[in-house]
Amino acid sequence: MKDILNPYKPEIATVEDTWFETQGDRAIKTFKVVFDNEEKRESWEHRPGQCAMIGVLGVGESMISISSSPTEGKFLRFSVMRAGKVTQALHELEPGDKMTVRGPYGNSFPVDDWKGKKILTIGGGIGQAPLRPIVEYVKANRGDYEDLTTIYGSRTSGDLCFKSEFEAMRERGDVNVHLSIDIEEEGWPHYVGFVPSLLMEVNPSPENTIAVTCGPPVMINFVLQNLKKLNFADEQIYTTLENRMKCGFGKCGRCNVGNLYVCKDGPVFSYATLKEVPEAFA
Amino acid sequence: MDSKKLTKDKFGGFVELLSKQKLYVPQMVGETLRFAPVSSKDEVDLVFSNTVVPPKSVLFPQTETLYEYEAGGTELIMPEEPEEKVLLGVRPCDARALTIVDKLFSWDIDDPYYVNKRENTTIIGLACQEPGINCFCTSLGGGPASTEGIDLLLTDLGEGYLLQPLTEKGEKLCQDAGELLVEAAGEDRQAAESLHQEAAEKIVRKIEVDTIPQKLEELWESPLWKNISDACLGCGACTFLCPTCHCFDIQDEMEGFEGRRCRVWDSCMFEEYTLHTSGHNPRPTRRERTRNRVNHKYSYFVKNFGTIACVGCGRCIDNCPVNIDILDILSQVVKEAI
Repeated sequence: MKDILNPYKPEIATVEDTWFETQGDRAIKTFKVVFDNEEKRESWEHRPGQCAMIGVLGVGESMISISSSPTEGKFLRFSVMRAGKVTQALHELEPGDKMTVRGPYGNSFPVDDWKGKKILTIGGGIGQAPLRPIVEYVKANRGDYEDLTTIYGSRTSGDLCFKSEFEAMRERGDVNVHLSIDIEEEGWPHYVGFVPSLLMEVNPSPENTIAVTCGPPVMINFVLQNLKKLNFADEQIYTTLENRMKCGFGKCGRCNVGNLYVCKDGPVFSYATLKEVPEAFA
Repeated sequence: MDSKKLTKDKFGGFVELLSKQKLYVPQMVGETLRFAPVSSKDEVDLVFSNTVVPPKSVLFPQTETLYEYEAGGTELIMPEEPEEKVLLGVRPCDARALTIVDKLFSWDIDDPYYVNKRENTTIIGLACQEPGINCFCTSLGGGPASTEGIDLLLTDLGEGYLLQPLTEKGEKLCQDAGELLVEAAGEDRQAAESLHQEAAEKIVRKIEVDTIPQKLEELWESPLWKNISDACLGCGACTFLCPTCHCFDIQDEMEGFEGRRCRVWDSCMFEEYTLHTSGHNPRPTRRERTRNRVNHKYSYFVKNFGTIACVGCGRCIDNCPVNIDILDILSQVVKEAI
């Protein structure tokens, strides 16, 4: 179509590598994908926190957060929970298979504005996927930031994503890693309890710190309350929202919270902004 | 360019001229009056109140292929350039609605499917002389002869039409029509003006909209939303037939080895519209969905685009199976004590 780039037209990308983060009915599988088009591979730019619409021709598309940092290389990573029709089809993809990718969509974490600060991420379950690029970005630009602390938990140890990466970080000591599971397990050496409680246990100082949280809505709600108890200002707290999406750039209508669209005005919001938005925590 | 006059004996010739492009006029398709392509001038009848389906359906079809592919393939076959179109007999409210939909589809990123069709389309408006019982365009800044979004406005003077070219596209049509048209006389223009005036006076339903965006913010938790949505069946007629509603779904469809990704009209009144795959729904009941629909039109759209996304065409009132009336809702919003 003339003169206008067609934002609905996806690129074809090839799955280069894939592995399961977790098992079970709602397994999480990670895909490392590269664009078939070499020019696109080079020109693609994204920022931590952005999403892409990925899909399987003949099945459909889903908005998934890009779980890799641009600092990692000329590829994209997506960690996808098997939950519906499209994610089921994605889970069937193996190395060499094709998917459609368009984007990147949405705003991003203002990681460059956070330089010189301490970064604290608080994640739960698949909610670590959008936080991972922050951790990787900060690691790649380590000198620009103060302490990097990651609090991450899930229901059981089998539900934790990126386990080997956390172990590696812990061994290197460049990230303060705090892991938790909800229910006691034999041989679990770390915290047992909910993520918001672990946050209180870690007791981070709000001084010169940015806190970013992502996870199930109920976890986010309690994390926000606890961050306030720890005297974090609204402007120091960031989170991401998710809603059902179809287009990714503010046309199809459905992802709105008040007059804002999660796909283009989000998914990253400061708590200061969200407090004023109707339906933000619906 | 000055106004022209088309006498009715020349109307057939005028339609023939328009037919050089793909011509859409209001027609009965099944049991529904809607804009559809015509092949012969005999199919053109401009005596109608308004179409049930608004003309947005031509520029933003109910189902539209984004691209096609073959099963197992990765080559995307894009649709062809849209052909030049003329829409004849667009009511001023619906033309105004297109200018509202334009804002959304050219917001930040142009929507090529809509924008390309829109650019290739000439809108010939037809001033209203017998407004419907639920018309309230004058409350929303429009009127039976408003010109926004129209390239050439026709007013039926009885023995002929007054043609007011409003844009380059409209002027070009008049030039192409050449000898079919005559210069309009001062009395023709006066006659049209008084017809417009009379039509405006026939509009009985009115609402003062100025305070509504602010009121809606204050009424977020009001019991009003539960009360007005109790009767709602969630059928979506109000949104499908709304000339400014633009929400859509994107779906893949396979037929044998042929596949396509298409977009289809969707409605915020449907439960599935916002349903997460997890089963969570941020708008779980019709209360939240009704509140969103009204807020989107009269508050969110105002914040994002500076205009209310309603033109007062009355279709949502005419076609609601349980008689939910947007003007009643708005009157309650206006009156509600905060």
